[in-house]
Amino acid sequence: MATPIQNHLKASIIAGLVAMVLAVPFIGLYTVSTDQGLVVQTRWPWVLWSGLIVLGGSLAIALVRDVLAARRAAKPKLAAGTKPKRDDALTAKLSKGFAIGITLFAITLPFMPFSDRYIMDVGTTVLIYVLLGMGLNVTVGLAGLLDLGFVAFYAIGAYSFAILSTTLGWGFWVCLPLSGLIAALFGALLSMPILRLRGDYLAIVTLGFGEITRIVILNWQSFTGGPAGISGIPRPSLFGLSFDRRPPDGLTSFHEVTGISFATEHRLMFLYMIALTLVLAAAWVIKRLRALPIGRAWEALREDEIACRSLGINPVASKVSAYAVGGMLGGFAGCFFAARQGFVSPESFTFMESALILAIVVLGGLGSQIGVVIAALFIVLLPEVGREFADFRMIVFGIAMIAIMVWRPGGLLSQRVPTIRLSSQKGDAA
Amino acid sequence: MSLLQLTGVRTNYGPIEALRGVDVHVNQGEIVTLIGANGAGKSTLLMTICGQPKPASGSIIFDGQIINDLPPHETAKLGIAQVPEGRRIFPRMTVFENLQLGATLGNPAHFDEDAAYCLDLFPILAKRRDQRAGTLSGGEQQMLAISRALMSRPRLLLLDEPSLGLAPLIIRRIFDVIADLNKTRGMTILLVEQNAYHALKLAHRAYVLAQGQVVLEGGGAELLANPEVRAAYLEGGSH
Repeated sequence: MATPIQNHLKASIIAGLVAMVLAVPFIGLYTVSTDQGLVVQTRWPWVLWSGLIVLGGSLAIALVRDVLAARRAAKPKLAAGTKPKRDDALTAKLSKGFAIGITLFAITLPFMPFSDRYIMDVGTTVLIYVLLGMGLNVTVGLAGLLDLGFVAFYAIGAYSFAILSTTLGWGFWVCLPLSGLIAALFGALLSMPILRLRGDYLAIVTLGFGEITRIVILNWQSFTGGPAGISGIPRPSLFGLSFDRRPPDGLTSFHEVTGISFATEHRLMFLYMIALTLVLAAAWVIKRLRALPIGRAWEALREDEIACRSLGINPVASKVSAYAVGGMLGGFAGCFFAARQGFVSPESFTFMESALILAIVVLGGLGSQIGVVIAALFIVLLPEVGREFADFRMIVFGIAMIAIMVWRPGGLLSQRVPTIRLSSQKGDAA
Repeated sequence: MSLLQLTGVRTNYGPIEALRGVDVHVNQGEIVTLIGANGAGKSTLLMTICGQPKPASGSIIFDGQIINDLPPHETAKLGIAQVPEGRRIFPRMTVFENLQLGATLGNPAHFDEDAAYCLDLFPILAKRRDQRAGTLSGGEQQMLAISRALMSRPRLLLLDEPSLGLAPLIIRRIFDVIADLNKTRGMTILLVEQNAYHALKLAHRAYVLAQGQVVLEGGGAELLANPEVRAAYLEGGSH
């Protein structure tokens, strides 16, 4: 009989050996440029060390796990028959508190003494991803329809504004609803051929949709500018006031009217505020939709399509509306993105973006809005914080993602908050 | 005139004939049961009534209207509610939210009254009201599935194997409620069952289905006494 320690040791030695084998090409060999050109050199001790580090680490993790398991087992068990008390109510309360806190923080952030251009810029990026996450959350989280090509709606929104503004000269505030509408139309269009698909097949078709959109943009040179993209997209104005030092014709500038001395920070603050308004509006609308029949139908569709039909819910209408609403939010985000950058090109809309947005939704816990906010903060900020790790930051990012999935397999906020919570029924709860 | 009348209904799954000309009718206020072995076509018959799959030929008339080609959400609007096989409640939603979804087609003004009725019908559901439906036991889930279907005030209730996987005591409770619904509310019920004994005891009339055809029909008590039925479906013997 092998003792647990022996088993751990055996597993750790195997892990160490595998690590050493892998380390041969990755660590054992390296290139040095000399007078004779590139020369391959070896550093075998490093290979040995990496094997030992993995062996030690693996053993340590196993032992810590044993200790934790023993401690958990020592805890008094709940008496048989009593149900473990679910902390749904507590989670709901905490989420609500967090939502209020983060909203207040987000609103006051631009006026804090420590906030500078960098913070405003990163904050705006976070907000764009929150908006995108909320959009995808409608299709994937609420309606349960996988979408690997969500970036298409982002691109459609961005190019809608870019093309409308540069050819027709329309401003941001006119184009914002239009971009959303166009993206929603494409969402509805996409949903038609995939009504009967699910699972892997749905994934492939949506993936294709994302790539097709990008490739069309890339190749339709006369309309989209092709790989060169579209530049000279006008910036948003505040009731006709421009945030540029020298406002374009027909506009007066913000600093002239208000008498505040000109600062580029004001424009960044303004952009941040637009993004924040969009996010808050989206959050509110989705919260309302969830409590309406259409939102309930989405969630029911995610749970069980056959049951939906037997209850008289039209699955076609639900699917089309889910893709349209999700796409619309993606379109808003795209329009804002174009206005912020002043330039769009197909490079911004690769599959990597789709994957990132999906990661935000999944990490946050499917269907949870607060989860999306936390995950977007995490996904955008972690690489920023990780800048000090330079080349290793993607590794840090990957490790952090794995850690979340190990500890919170259902996402950060995996509990679904009911759309109605009746005033507590004391008599019943007993 | 019957509430539901099926005449010569044939349904195919690709080349396979699941129903080969079935004549079944259900009168207003009746409990009618369909019994038969696995693969006899019982569930297919219920699903065909709902509109998925559609019948290849024959006619399905509900309240004087041909409903052959209506999709499930349209037949539901006419007042045909199905409690699908395997319960199919919405697991991540609370019991009460499940009831709300059941009322999708109902008159919102009736919601409170109907919800109270259902929670009264199955008091255990009142206790579980804010609990996730997925955490309920099998019997409780079946009760929820029936309640959910009742929320739209259907004119015809289709029950697909409500006893599936339940303990005898729970089965009795469920069948009592079905009988009660029929008696006190005049609910018309078409019941598909493997559990022939309970189903026949409950039903006013019954059909025995085998290989996509009706092979026997009669009153519930009459079929219960029928030696062929006893041999094939009640005593489990292979004569």
